[in-house]
Amino acid sequence: MHRIGVFVCHCGTNIAATVDVKAVAEAVREETGVVFSADYQYMCSEAGQTLVQDTIREQRLTGVVVCSCSPRMHEATFRKAAAKAGLNSYMVEIANIREQCSWIHKDMVSGTEKAIILARAAIAKVMLNTPLTPGKTPVTKRALVIGGGIAGIQTALDIAEAGFDVDIVEKQPTIGGKMTQIDKTFPTLDCASCILTPKMVDCAQNEKIHIYSYSEVESVTGFVGNFTAKIKRKARFVDEKKCTGCGECVEKCPMKKVPNEFNLGLDNRKAIYIPFAQAVPKVATIDANYCLMKKNGKCGLCSKVCGAGAINYDQQDEIIEEKYGAIVAATGYNPIKIDKFDEFAYSQSPDVITSLELERLMNAAGPSNGTLVRPSYLSKQDDHEAHPKTIVFVQCVGSRSTECRKGSKEYCSKICCMYTAKHAMLIREKYPDTDVYVFYIDVRTPGKLFDEFYRRAVEQYGVHYIKGMVGKVSPRADGKLDVQGSDLISNEQLHVTADLVVLATAIEPDKTARSIGTMLTASMDTNDFFTEAHPKLRPVESPTAGVFLSGVCQGPKDIPETVTQASACAAKVVGLLVKDELTGNPCVAHSDELMCNGCSACEKVCPYGAITYSDKEFRQPDRTVAIRRVASVNPAVCQGCGACTVACPSGAMDLNGFSNSQIMAEVDAVCR
Amino acid sequence: MQVNGEFRPLIVAFCCNWCSYAGADLAGTNRLNYPADVKIIRVPCSCRVNPMFVLRAFQRGADGVILCGCHPGDCHYTSGNYFTRRRMTLLFSMLDFMGIERERTRVEWVSAAEGAKFAKTMNEFCEAVAKLGENKRLEDLRCKK
Amino acid sequence: MQEVKDRAKQLLADGTVNRVVGWKAGEFSYDITPAVFTSAEEIDKDFIYNDFCAPNLSKYLIKESRKEGKLLVFLKPCDTYSFNQLLKEHRILRENVYVIGVPCTGKVDIDTVRAMGFQGITGMESDGENVTVHTLYGDKTVLKADTLGDKCKTCKSKKHVVYDELIGEDGEVNTDGARFELVEKLEKMTADERFEFWRGELSKCIRCNACRNVCPACSCENCVFDNPASGIQQRAAVNSFEENMFHLIRSFHVAGRCTDCGECTRVCPQNIPLHLINRKYIKDINEFYGDFQAGEDTETRAPLNAYTFDDCEPGIVYSRGGNE
Repeated sequence: MHRIGVFVCHCGTNIAATVDVKAVAEAVREETGVVFSADYQYMCSEAGQTLVQDTIREQRLTGVVVCSCSPRMHEATFRKAAAKAGLNSYMVEIANIREQCSWIHKDMVSGTEKAIILARAAIAKVMLNTPLTPGKTPVTKRALVIGGGIAGIQTALDIAEAGFDVDIVEKQPTIGGKMTQIDKTFPTLDCASCILTPKMVDCAQNEKIHIYSYSEVESVTGFVGNFTAKIKRKARFVDEKKCTGCGECVEKCPMKKVPNEFNLGLDNRKAIYIPFAQAVPKVATIDANYCLMKKNGKCGLCSKVCGAGAINYDQQDEIIEEKYGAIVAATGYNPIKIDKFDEFAYSQSPDVITSLELERLMNAAGPSNGTLVRPSYLSKQDDHEAHPKTIVFVQCVGSRSTECRKGSKEYCSKICCMYTAKHAMLIREKYPDTDVYVFYIDVRTPGKLFDEFYRRAVEQYGVHYIKGMVGKVSPRADGKLDVQGSDLISNEQLHVTADLVVLATAIEPDKTARSIGTMLTASMDTNDFFTEAHPKLRPVESPTAGVFLSGVCQGPKDIPETVTQASACAAKVVGLLVKDELTGNPCVAHSDELMCNGCSACEKVCPYGAITYSDKEFRQPDRTVAIRRVASVNPAVCQGCGACTVACPSGAMDLNGFSNSQIMAEVDAVCR
Repeated sequence: MQVNGEFRPLIVAFCCNWCSYAGADLAGTNRLNYPADVKIIRVPCSCRVNPMFVLRAFQRGADGVILCGCHPGDCHYTSGNYFTRRRMTLLFSMLDFMGIERERTRVEWVSAAEGAKFAKTMNEFCEAVAKLGENKRLEDLRCKK
Repeated sequence: MQEVKDRAKQLLADGTVNRVVGWKAGEFSYDITPAVFTSAEEIDKDFIYNDFCAPNLSKYLIKESRKEGKLLVFLKPCDTYSFNQLLKEHRILRENVYVIGVPCTGKVDIDTVRAMGFQGITGMESDGENVTVHTLYGDKTVLKADTLGDKCKTCKSKKHVVYDELIGEDGEVNTDGARFELVEKLEKMTADERFEFWRGELSKCIRCNACRNVCPACSCENCVFDNPASGIQQRAAVNSFEENMFHLIRSFHVAGRCTDCGECTRVCPQNIPLHLINRKYIKDINEFYGDFQAGEDTETRAPLNAYTFDDCEPGIVYSRGGNE
């Protein structure tokens, strides 16, 4: 038996001026199931709430309808009040007779009439409400950070700072990411290593942080608060615990001709290597593709010279399994491949380079020890003048592309305008006799001290900024480069004879991001950037609960922005890990296994990956047992949108709080 | 429904909780007038609206049904309204194919900030449905008063 | 077709399969019914594959493929699309099914023959070119091409999209769009005319559920129309709204999943052109979201379970013109 109480609020005169509240209370008293109705000046006031609570107790109400302001305003208030009086808080429904009635209608008759209809709809719904209890799930107090660049490092440090264990999984032999390859940072021109390496050391020394370098995440299962990840520790053939990082092995390794990825192939490294002096962990790694011992079993020099006995040629990949409460994607970016951009002659001339390659050429620890020389001189391909005298920078190579060229991107890579200004300025500072040209579409410098920085490049350092794009770069017989471009302001074609051309190459999410996104059931956009839970209000969370986003994997950003986002992300992770258990929203979907076809339609439309399938045995009417594939919803992951309920043809999926029958009862009531 | 000799349509409006319902609230807060013919039913997301609900409304005597959701790209659940868009495009096209007057169904994206748009949409929709008169083609005589 | 029979017996004999899903004659020779055969004797006695074997066998596999052992099924090109669609929806256990694709040149449709003016039909025979119709009033031979239903006249594909082996040659997909001609004709009518047309057709519906029961997409464990909890349960269409409701909801539930096998229209005892409703959805999907053929593969997302950021708005229904 339903025992519904209806409470009609005057809201002062806000409602009472256009709705005859007494008439509403009167009218609904006639409704089936309603045992009590009353009106009151301010239902949300202390006294009003007491009235509701007393009535619940006295009248043994099974459901409450409050005719008042929008549920967005006071639904929570009345639910709490009901719970205090011993009624399940989900047995309360609000009829919105203020925002959607009294405030929009001027006429008392139609206002009152509509208020009664809205009240009836709420009564019809509340009769079908079921008591709901939010589920509780425990939280594993450990975070996983995928990617050990500046984003991952900052997030890990902040989470550890709050007292939680963090694991960083980095696929390279060292953490540090792209920032380790950068020479100076804009707009302050301080050296990247000087600010990054202390943070890397902090990570290594922090007891709460565990670094899995040269490792990759193999699989992730579970859900918010309860993830299980399998991490593959790739064999580096060196015992991390024993290696002291002395570098004796690297010194003695006879295999010298391995392209050095840290310097982007501008020089070579050994088959056993430590990426750079400040690597963390500072442990050698054997590159099995080049190691003579690994390839044909003849060498073993490194093993002989290693005083610590750390070399182990038989080491195998190892899979470890760990539980996490939260997972952070910090997978970062890479410059796009520009071999296909023939017009810039990147694959034809060594003196056409990307901006990241320029960083290495200008870095004191780089292949030229910080002296800016042409790569063709560096690789001894010619003996012309070592220093480039004329340098042309080309902006937006592969970014902001409107053509459908494979590999080019529609978006702005965001960092290029600023780093090009930095490069131009540094070159003009160190080599004042060098002419520097920058071809650009627009110069975009929003950010603190950014525009000032760019203006300094133009005004103080005399960098030639030319609005227009470069059409073609042609290597000449004398080793120089003919750069043909347009100047849109003076409306003319230009030819610049350059010694070095630097391409501001578009950046794209790391190739591993897509597979990690799939593992985490975290949604991604068409460019493979991770999608935020809300583009404005929840920018560091993925729509998948418990998955967070740090750094460029969410969208192009510079170092200050990355660090800001990384810390914001950590704050969100800490906010999750600090809870002992998670209270879910009970208004989630659920599937009726007896009706489920197992067709997977619901899974396809679920943005949260909350739906899984399993084969279950069912007794048939003829007493045989049939095995059927049926869906189940993980209530900890489901957010209650209801997309699955409509995708399901059999109606097996329904949504708590907004069930098919509840909505249809409301439809029936308003159409009555 | 006839009110004082004038036909007043019955409009059922399904509004998503996060954008359009809030937009309707804002229309109220700003005291923007629209006909009392409109009865709003709150759903978590426009993608919760089953074509069955739309037909049910017509069956029970609604003269027009409108769905309001977040603008594409702004869905609280990231993708719900994209599914709504496809579902309702196909459903409305089918109703049209069956000869049901096109103006009786509509989808409009209304954000939480667009109180004015909500009121304007409802005014326009009510007027368009009022012109068509009573829903005869999808009525269920048993549900008539 | 002896080759088909022989192959079935072979596969039974060598133990590859323990039963065969095929066709046998019903009350009349043209009235073919699906059947399960478990022995060479049964096959010799009853198995038939001829120009009257229209029934699409794929739906039977939902239950059959979950039984003990592997079975053999014969699928015509258009049936393979339904089979694939069911695979995609995890309804058929592929490993329990051995599929032999059989060629099809269109099946004789009894309703089309009746519409040609034949009465008191007692039997029919086809030699592939001509169909001899036996009636109480004598025999007459007509061109087979004239006896095909709309489903076969505008055949969408003679290509088998899935099979373990083929008997005969594989054909081509038909892309001429002829199957949408009747839908286009309706679209060009005024709304009033369309309403009258469908009212006239759907009012014939006796809610026998044949269309639902034969439809390979309508394979729910428990149909919403049979489920008291769904809120729209109805056993019989009591009035015009419910006639509309049943076909509107049924077609929406199969939208993007219907392979256009045309079985609904074939089995309708009232000759309602139900496939036109499904084809309207298919045509709309092709126009709005790009060409899509359900059952063509087992991976592509169904159009209603997918989206793009720049899909057309529902308003396109009002703005794309056509008659009101």
